Amino acid sequence: MDPAFLNQLQRIVGAGGVLHDPLDVLTYECDGLPHLRMSPAAVVLPASAAEVHDVVRLCARARVPFVPRGHGTGLSGGALPVAGGVLIALSRLNRVLEVDIPNQRVTVEPGVTNLEITRQVAPFGYYYAPDPSSQQVCSIGGNVAENSGGAHCLKYGFTTHHVIGVDAVMPDGELVRIDGALTDAPGPDLLGLIVGSEGTLAIVTSITVRILRRPETVQTLLAAFDTIDAGGAAVSEIIGAGIIPAAVEMMDALAIRAAEAAVHPGFPETDTVLIVELDGPAAEVEALFEIVKDICRRCKATSIEVAADEAQRMRIWRGRKAAFAAMGRVSPNYYVQDGVVPRTKLPEVLNRIRDLERRSGLPIGNVFHAGDGNLHPLICYDERIPGQSDKAVEVAAEILSYCIDAGGSLTGEHGIGADKNTYMPQMFSAADLALMQRVRNALDPLGLCNPGKIFPTPRLCGEVPGPYRAHPVEKAGLAERM
Amino acid sequence: MTDGRAPRSADLSAVAQSAKADDAKGRAFDANHPPDPALIDKCVHCGFCLPSCPTYALWGEEMDSPRGRIYLMKGGLDGRAPMSAAFVRHFDACLGCMACVTACPSGVQYSPLIEATRGQIERRYDRSLADRVFRRAIFAIFPYPARMRLALAPLVALQAAGLPFDKLRASRARRGMQGPRDDRRAALSCLRSPAKRASYGEARRSAGGAEAAGPPSADRSAKEPVKKYDVERRTRRTRRKTLGISLCGFRGFCVVRDFFTRSKAVALRPKAIGLRPPGFFRHVRAMMRLAPRVTWKSLTARVPERTPAVGVKRMTVGVLTGCVQRLVFPNVNTATINVLSAEGCDVVAPRDQGCCGALSLHAGRLEDARCFARSTIATFDRAGVDRVAVNAAGCGSSMKEYGQLLADDPQWAERARAFSARVRDVTELVIELGEPRATRHPLHLRVAYQDACHLAHAQGIRQPPRDLLRSIPGIELLNLPEADMCCGSAGIYNLVEPDTAEQLGDRKARLIDSTKPDIVSTANPGCTLQLRAAASRLARHWPIRHPIELLDASLRGVEISDI
Repeated sequence: MDPAFLNQLQRIVGAGGVLHDPLDVLTYECDGLPHLRMSPAAVVLPASAAEVHDVVRLCARARVPFVPRGHGTGLSGGALPVAGGVLIALSRLNRVLEVDIPNQRVTVEPGVTNLEITRQVAPFGYYYAPDPSSQQVCSIGGNVAENSGGAHCLKYGFTTHHVIGVDAVMPDGELVRIDGALTDAPGPDLLGLIVGSEGTLAIVTSITVRILRRPETVQTLLAAFDTIDAGGAAVSEIIGAGIIPAAVEMMDALAIRAAEAAVHPGFPETDTVLIVELDGPAAEVEALFEIVKDICRRCKATSIEVAADEAQRMRIWRGRKAAFAAMGRVSPNYYVQDGVVPRTKLPEVLNRIRDLERRSGLPIGNVFHAGDGNLHPLICYDERIPGQSDKAVEVAAEILSYCIDAGGSLTGEHGIGADKNTYMPQMFSAADLALMQRVRNALDPLGLCNPGKIFPTPRLCGEVPGPYRAHPVEKAGLAERM
Repeated sequence: MTDGRAPRSADLSAVAQSAKADDAKGRAFDANHPPDPALIDKCVHCGFCLPSCPTYALWGEEMDSPRGRIYLMKGGLDGRAPMSAAFVRHFDACLGCMACVTACPSGVQYSPLIEATRGQIERRYDRSLADRVFRRAIFAIFPYPARMRLALAPLVALQAAGLPFDKLRASRARRGMQGPRDDRRAALSCLRSPAKRASYGEARRSAGGAEAAGPPSADRSAKEPVKKYDVERRTRRTRRKTLGISLCGFRGFCVVRDFFTRSKAVALRPKAIGLRPPGFFRHVRAMMRLAPRVTWKSLTARVPERTPAVGVKRMTVGVLTGCVQRLVFPNVNTATINVLSAEGCDVVAPRDQGCCGALSLHAGRLEDARCFARSTIATFDRAGVDRVAVNAAGCGSSMKEYGQLLADDPQWAERARAFSARVRDVTELVIELGEPRATRHPLHLRVAYQDACHLAHAQGIRQPPRDLLRSIPGIELLNLPEADMCCGSAGIYNLVEPDTAEQLGDRKARLIDSTKPDIVSTANPGCTLQLRAAASRLARHWPIRHPIELLDASLRGVEISDI
């Protein structure tokens, strides 16, 4: 990278805020999706919104592409660096700026973790509803970028339903305030545009979120089923009965085994478990819980267990939330996919996935938000066995095509990122994609802000999509990737 | 002779060549016990460990996080990361607190990974002369109580001459902070009488709001009004006064003292680890700042070798008296013996016990550690005890690892396993004993309990010390934020990486202060020293005691200050 440019970066964030030693930037080459890798030319660690502003302005002036990154836990390669570009890591922007309990609002910087917001307001009896499984580490800035959900978004909605205002640095370096604090702000819904744009339209530097009062009662039930069909039927019936649970989660045998090995949540050894959580006024929860139990029994649940206390409830959730990361205990590598199907199609798609598992020989675990039909198949493979990582990608592509066939979507909450942009044309027509591109070009005409994400991009000659593998030119030792 | 020599030199040159080849390929490790790739592969890069890592919390840099360090190890094996100064610094910065192991859902065993990496670094990386000398000195002195006693003796003389180091530190307290000594005296005098103590607690709590903005005011309102010194002016005046004394030797002493004890303001911008390791004098300064208060009495204190159980005997317990513990905190050993005997244990504290090997083990000096382990096992086996009680978290965790440490030694493997199975932390043992026998007298104190990493993360002991404290009537156990994050002590870390350790110590002291405790409790001598130094930089002087000391005080019905 141009030393003059590095100098200018250092002038903004100080010498300790710019990393360009190959060893240091090596650790930034991937996020939570480690098979997509690319070393950035430099990593910048701004410590204030003003510094982010200056860095973006500098990049825009010098025409250097930049990629925002929180704590690097994304599962779609949304923070995958660009060769020769700058990675703007927001981990040092981790202050809670304002806790406004009477107005039920909290304003934080993007590097604050999701769980930290709840920690801040818990003493007052409040919490922040969206709860991605990585909530203890994922940054709220990343949540805004990916429009993260979580187990409880069935009842409470996604990040976009809880963000009420942001300060954002636009790709040209302009600092804007997009405020939805009023119930019906005039003008187009710019906030809706920014949330879920995967860091391609702006970098947010402060976020105001809504917090909710803790429900009076929360009850959690763990039901075991012999077949995935029975579990799926139970989910459909519960929701069909007009009950909106706070969460309905399903896990299959492989995922249960991994979670059990990691955090011992006390899951039964069975084919499928269903976690149903109801919250609200005690009388309502009590009454609805009986109905849920009845439905589970009718759907041939082999065991039904209700969490006796908060400790057991937390254990169940720890088991569910650790499930992805715990796959490291049963497989050397895994590839988590994120697709959505209409709830009623769950059993059908899940059986197709089981078929695929038998055909491909790769074990596939399933952990998913059953309530909204958001699947998270975990494809286990071993990258040391030649051909397995390619196979895993093929399997993932096939699963996504099942989702689209069933009238679903490519992603529920992890985003498209660099991982699934090649599948976009399967779901959207050329005109749909062109409209999205036009919006993007309007805000980022130079294409500097997180390029290569969401939209399919042409590849190098001889390059195939999927996990990193050496390009034929690299293999021949003729060129080196930065 | 010649027959033997020829192949050996050939071997050596081959090794040197292969090492060079490794370096040329950018490979950080050679074939001699590199970090195990199978263990590295367990890491799925999820990042759940990040918020638990003290260095990531300080600097927010990926390469100084557990995930980043494992990625660097992987790079070192793949030939993408050479053993450069930067590489070594990122591993030097790791505290080895193992908080990441607690946080990891994939079950990555970080401990063997970092030990193997450190072993390679010690073998293959040339540290600066100063660094080498300092590290060697630590391992030549600390594990040997007799040498340690000699090393600490000059401190006794200096402190007896009225120059206790913590007071020197306090006199240089941060700008804007006020009269720390008065505050401490107030705290201690209040603790002596129950009536005053209650009013002291009240005063501190009511002063809470004001304290956040200003200096601690304790019971200042109750005493005659203290003049509000502008600290900067006062220190300048004191200095002028001392310089005025026409003792050129003393003046020289002041200059030297200031050099060693001056505290730097904490920069707003996180100051990540520099490429250059701290210099020799920085190490010495760190030592001076952490220097414990010692007296001839503490240095020569001895606990009785055998103490009989009170009432019907429940079991025979051996007590490890520790190296630092027995010289610097002999009260902890006395308290341990008192409590265990009051709870019905015959207590044996073998005279001939030495170091348990914890320091060497945690620094990757495995051969030394094995020697210490064998001798410790032999000592306690001779004493014929049912359990071995340990009141220093670091020692306890290494003694519980003897089984693995000596697994390859056929003569000792079985014995070591059996020994490790008998080791208990003293708080764990007291809870294990079951129904309390001795009467607990009330202690009206707000206690902030800080988890020692080698207790919480390495041994998984979080509840017993809390249960033990809660069993004392009148104690209010405070909810300390980040209680299980390292305070920066981490064995010898605060000596070899003083800058990082001080940043962590300051962070910890501020968090402890936010809970307004009367007393701080932690179960490891290193943590006690580190917290004391950090507190004095913040001009706070909560007494810091081991939980067992509080229980002992409660059993005896005496005041904390009298222990």
